[in-house]
Amino acid sequence: MNIVDCIIIGGGPAGMEAANRLTDQGFQVLLFEKEPELGGKLRQWDKLFPDFTLAQDILKMLNDNIASNKLEIKTGNTIRELRQSTDEGNSKEWEVIDGNGESHRARTVLITTGFDFFDATRKEEYGYGIYPNVITSVELEEQLKNGKIEIASNSKNDPNIAFIQCVGSRDEKVGNHYCSRNCCICAVKQAIEVKELLPQSEVTCYYMDLRMFGQSYEELYRKAQQEFRVNFIRGRVSEISPTLENRVILKAEDTLLSRPIRATVDLVVLMVGMEPSETTAQLSKSLNMSDPYGYIASKNSYTADNETQHKGLFVAGTAKRQLAIPDVIRDADAAAFTIAKHLKNGK
Amino acid sequence: MQKHYWNEYQKEIAADRYFYARSCIRQTFFPGSETAFLKILQDELGKDIYDSADQHTCSGIGYHGDVVPFLTTSTVIARLFSLMTEAGYKNYVPSCITSFGLIVEVLDTWKHFPETLEQTRESLLKATGRTFEIPENVAHPSDIIYKFRNELKSKMKYQLIEKSTGRPLRGVEHIGCHYAKVFPDKGVGGAEFPHVLAGMIESWGGEVVDYPERRHCCGFGFRNYLVQANRGYSVSNSHKKFESMAPYKPDFIIANCPGCAMFLDKWQYTIAEMEGKTYDEQGRGIPVFTYEELAGLLLGYDPWKLGVQIHQVQAESFLDKIGIEYNPDEKYKGASGEELEHPQKPSVLKV
Amino acid sequence: MINFGYTLNKSGAINLVEADLSLYNDLMKKVPSFARCIGCGGCAATCAARQHTDFSVLKCNMLIRRGEYDTLSKELNKCMLCGKCSLVCPRNVNTRAMIIQARLLVNSFSKR
Repeated sequence: MNIVDCIIIGGGPAGMEAANRLTDQGFQVLLFEKEPELGGKLRQWDKLFPDFTLAQDILKMLNDNIASNKLEIKTGNTIRELRQSTDEGNSKEWEVIDGNGESHRARTVLITTGFDFFDATRKEEYGYGIYPNVITSVELEEQLKNGKIEIASNSKNDPNIAFIQCVGSRDEKVGNHYCSRNCCICAVKQAIEVKELLPQSEVTCYYMDLRMFGQSYEELYRKAQQEFRVNFIRGRVSEISPTLENRVILKAEDTLLSRPIRATVDLVVLMVGMEPSETTAQLSKSLNMSDPYGYIASKNSYTADNETQHKGLFVAGTAKRQLAIPDVIRDADAAAFTIAKHLKNGK
Repeated sequence: MQKHYWNEYQKEIAADRYFYARSCIRQTFFPGSETAFLKILQDELGKDIYDSADQHTCSGIGYHGDVVPFLTTSTVIARLFSLMTEAGYKNYVPSCITSFGLIVEVLDTWKHFPETLEQTRESLLKATGRTFEIPENVAHPSDIIYKFRNELKSKMKYQLIEKSTGRPLRGVEHIGCHYAKVFPDKGVGGAEFPHVLAGMIESWGGEVVDYPERRHCCGFGFRNYLVQANRGYSVSNSHKKFESMAPYKPDFIIANCPGCAMFLDKWQYTIAEMEGKTYDEQGRGIPVFTYEELAGLLLGYDPWKLGVQIHQVQAESFLDKIGIEYNPDEKYKGASGEELEHPQKPSVLKV
Repeated sequence: MINFGYTLNKSGAINLVEADLSLYNDLMKKVPSFARCIGCGGCAATCAARQHTDFSVLKCNMLIRRGEYDTLSKELNKCMLCGKCSLVCPRNVNTRAMIIQARLLVNSFSKR
């Protein structure tokens, strides 16, 4: 049986980048992707924060590299099992049972199974799935991609649009203590895009804290305030209810004025957070390397962040924690470097 | 496709052999409701439900009014449980929502702090010489009616449909705060989209109104209503709800809490007298029913035997919409057929 | 004493050095989740009592944290204990227990 140098599970940006970097160096790579196409969540996105780079441009660069490299790709294939191969006493090898029940062996495995969006129906008080004008940031991005924002209400006035932060993040009620890190800046980006498409609209962003930690994030926030007149209200929205005109009313506390605030709006965008994808959660559990939320815990987040507690098993990207695209790609590069070192030392 | 959250909150509701605990105030404001519930369970559904003559308050009013401490309340509730144990029942059914919420709270406290259960057992034994078993199932009567809503439908003489037009009647359902806001998993449908009363309205032919202040409290708030100076605050909450529901033109309101049903009814009179405003087109107000009264009316029980004439907002407009038969001459007849004194007419609200 | 027609203004600043934080510390022991509040205001937004009075769970929380107890007892009494605030809190602060325990502590505090 052919034993490849590295099996990569998950063909999103992390898996694609790592596959390119490893084949560049002459390693034999087998890449698994559960969807029919490579690209992961990047395929669902139109423009990226903070500079409105087209997601498809990044995707094209990754795909072009893939096309010029020689590697085996299995799309539409969800792996069934990942285990350390035990026969012949050779525990250095890894075995992957793919969706068709076929066995594949590798000297190393890289997990890039990524994240899933938080299921907004779990925040019942926001009425997602009940009120048609409550949508998620993912659905808004789809609309932005099509260049048209759908307003479900019958209102003839200029639309009022509200963004709600931290839906499924920093929320003990859904079991996610962590900050998803990308939603704050993503809302700022989307708010600007909404204003560009609908200049007459009133756009308000409800937040608990605005965390503009990345390069150029704070600048984009300033731009949203100054150039696009996006309103920012510090208060967590506690519930959403319908009106007769098919609009919705949201209730929050204006914590800075210390007064309750109510707004009737035409569209609510829930900034859904990140959670480990099903496969990420499955693998982290079955191989006993889960953090408290089901993400894969790296061996040492300071010095061995692409390694796991299992020899020859590596991890990169959002299977580990919440990262933005540039971080993911850098992390995949680092993972490829670490795997190459491992493979060379093993030879 | 709309998501139905309530499917994820289906609590266990015992199917038979209930121990019934009455409410402190319901027999005054809704004199026929509890009797109707017993009748529905015994006669329509053939269930075994026991109505003890020795029962008493759960002390919830005192507890929420800050005059009765927790251990006292839990001991009083333990005595109620001992009556249930003595009668040989295991499924406890408190008529009052606050009682229901408080029992759930007490049981949860006993579970997490077993020493409080021991303390309660000791206090009860010392004070009364009684012992008790923890109920296997605690369900509110509205849960039970909800469970058997479709079975009851097949026995109903009327539906929530306007006779002249065939239009489904629009109902506002109001859930008592203590039903599921404290323990969402103990209520059918949870706290945000409770389905316990909505399910009845839908099953019985009506339409549920989802208005902006649907989840808002009626304003009772115990300590707020009980002090007269604070009542303005109480009525303001109901006022807020009426203002919010009125544009939807509801035909009726149902509630599963003693306080809510009373306030949503009586405050319509107060607001009418204060501001001259009523919340329906005819100036009669929106009729408010308990879920037992509604079930009873649709089953064809005599409205006057159900006691709906005791309400502030009179029920005739609602009865006429459906075509429920009633005899106007019997409205103020006593149990032995004598004519009772008629109530005074309010100056604004039409009766 | 001379009346100059004006007086010395009292400082309106919160003085954390002189503040008596004993109630805060006691409450922290009784309701440890109290420490986790991030001041998002979700509690106040959903509060029924908030709609018609200036009662705010968040404000009570802050008054306690800063040792400002003068108006606290009056504030706490406006709560109806419906529990909706506990339901929405993203940090799972046991707000209802916080109010109940703060009431008891304020009573014993004012007796001291």
